[in-house]
Amino acid sequence: MSLLQATGMRGGYGAADILQGCTINCDRGEIAVIVGPNGAGKSTAIKAIFGMIDLREGDVTFEGKSITSLAPQARVEAGMGMVPQNNNVFPGMTVEENLQMGAFLREDGGAGVIDKVYDLFPAVKDKRYQLAGELSGGQRQQVAVGRAMMTEPTLLILDEPTAGVSPIVMDELFDRIIEIAKTGIAVLMVEQNARQALEIADTGYVLVEGQNRFTDTGAALLADSEVRATFLGGDQS
Amino acid sequence: MHDFANAFILLSNYVLIPSITYGSQLAIGALGITLVFSILRFANFAHGDTMAFGTMVAIFCTWGVQALGLSLGPLPVALITLPVAIAVTIALVLGIDKIIYQFYRNKKVEPIILVMASVGVMFMMNGIVRILIGTGDVSFADGARFIIRAREFREMTGLDEGLALRTTQVITVVVAGVVMAALFWFLQKTRTGKSMRAFSDNEDLALLSGIKPERVVQITWIIAATLATIAGVLYGLDKGFRPFTYFQLLLPMFAAAILGGIGQPIGAVVGGFVIAFSEVALTYAYRRVFEYLGPDGFEVEGLAQLIETEYKFAISFIILVIVLLVRPTGIFKGRVL
Ligand SMILES: Nc1ncnc2c1ncn2[C@@H]1O[C@H](COP(=O)(O)OP(=O)(O)OP(=O)(O)O)[C@@H](O)[C@H]1O
Ligand SMILES: [Mg+2]
Repeated sequence: MSLLQATGMRGGYGAADILQGCTINCDRGEIAVIVGPNGAGKSTAIKAIFGMIDLREGDVTFEGKSITSLAPQARVEAGMGMVPQNNNVFPGMTVEENLQMGAFLREDGGAGVIDKVYDLFPAVKDKRYQLAGELSGGQRQQVAVGRAMMTEPTLLILDEPTAGVSPIVMDELFDRIIEIAKTGIAVLMVEQNARQALEIADTGYVLVEGQNRFTDTGAALLADSEVRATFLGGDQS
Repeated sequence: MHDFANAFILLSNYVLIPSITYGSQLAIGALGITLVFSILRFANFAHGDTMAFGTMVAIFCTWGVQALGLSLGPLPVALITLPVAIAVTIALVLGIDKIIYQFYRNKKVEPIILVMASVGVMFMMNGIVRILIGTGDVSFADGARFIIRAREFREMTGLDEGLALRTTQVITVVVAGVVMAALFWFLQKTRTGKSMRAFSDNEDLALLSGIKPERVVQITWIIAATLATIAGVLYGLDKGFRPFTYFQLLLPMFAAAILGGIGQPIGAVVGGFVIAFSEVALTYAYRRVFEYLGPDGFEVEGLAQLIETEYKFAISFIILVIVLLVRPTGIFKGRVL
């Protein structure tokens, strides 16, 4: 039984369902990647997993317990962390304050965890007294991931962590994400850079129109000629 | 030299000191408006009447203390009644939030609906205050009236112009300084204060960080009620209490908050002083100042007053309109209403 099991999710923002029975699982120490065309419902799927939209059908379980009716804050308390696709930092607060806010639920204030985040992202440490709104795209993404790490979650959900960053920074972010997964955290991530993301994925989900089109290991999906032709931009490799 | 000193004293007495005092009062009022806006995301039209309510409670308590035959020596009794007045106002405001605003928040209504609800709350509070204390003027400043009297000052310095410093002016500036320092310390340094800034900055991410919205909202109301009561009592001590005047204060307070950048506490403070200074400086009659500064025997016809005092509210209004047209985010890049 996986740490996170989201089964048969159906729902959306209004009358029309964006998710049409979509299923996502993720386990400790594993990187699960969701790819798919724009508007496929990738962000919607992880919002549903985090309780930010209501499901009409389906069930989300975490550590074996159903969390379908829990509010997002309660899911944070249960051990889930989330980095949204947009507006994922507090722009008017310093980098350090952003991290402190990530630790808001911790009784101890998270001083020890901040050092761990600084070890993981040395560039963040250098900028700690700067406003998060004044950082470069790559630095901001690191702060966003760091903020979500502050509760020491067992499941970390990332929505396009490499959006708008250079290829070099993207490789570095992926390296950090692999490091995070190695510490036993489950990482569920939506990625636009599908090929690179599937290379580091233990499990890959190809989502189309709110449904699972393909589900397999990252390597198997990369090897699948149909997936390559349709979703990875041609057959070159 | 003498003339220059006389002109300076005249300006201090009638422009500088009054606008610093009035600016402090506006700043504390505008801070409440700006905080409610940054957390609850609506312009709270009931803020002026919240000030009136808090001041009314302080006045009743003052009368109670005076009836017991007690006094604070040179200081006005209203100062020690502040904690009680603040507590009662907090209770009222939290009750109103529970019954009225929370209902709309849960329905996730557009901000304009909350603004309209606050107009309703304004009329209601307005009614409560007028029923309980009446509509007339109430003067409740006791203790010593002056710290420096104009006559004493003239005798001391040998100048023709006297400088009068009233106790309430000094109290206003001292209390305002303490309140602002405490508020900025709270917002910058404490966990709760930072969570309020986070909520104001990015509400969705604040929720994802486990910050509880209802708690942030409650603390905001507690602070807003505290600031409103303090601003109201300081204003009332300085200029007397009258419910209608407090309603009218909405305009300069909103002008201050928007000029500074709504949602930005520092902007509310700067805006408060700019509005106060503009109001006082533009309605002052400069005739005697010019006569001191001009050559001997120089006489000015008329009062040399730019705008008559009756039109002082037009000044806030014009500043407000200009800011909204030219730079709607205000001096410190606040939100756009
Ligand atoms: N807040 C919202 N309200 C209403 N509809 C929305 C909202 N957010 C997304 N949608 C709609 O839901 C569908 C799926 O959007 P979603 O953001 O999940 O796509 P996505 O796969 O994450 O796309 P992208 O790769 O562009 O991020 C789209 O048709 C979008 O228009
Ligand atoms: Mg998306």
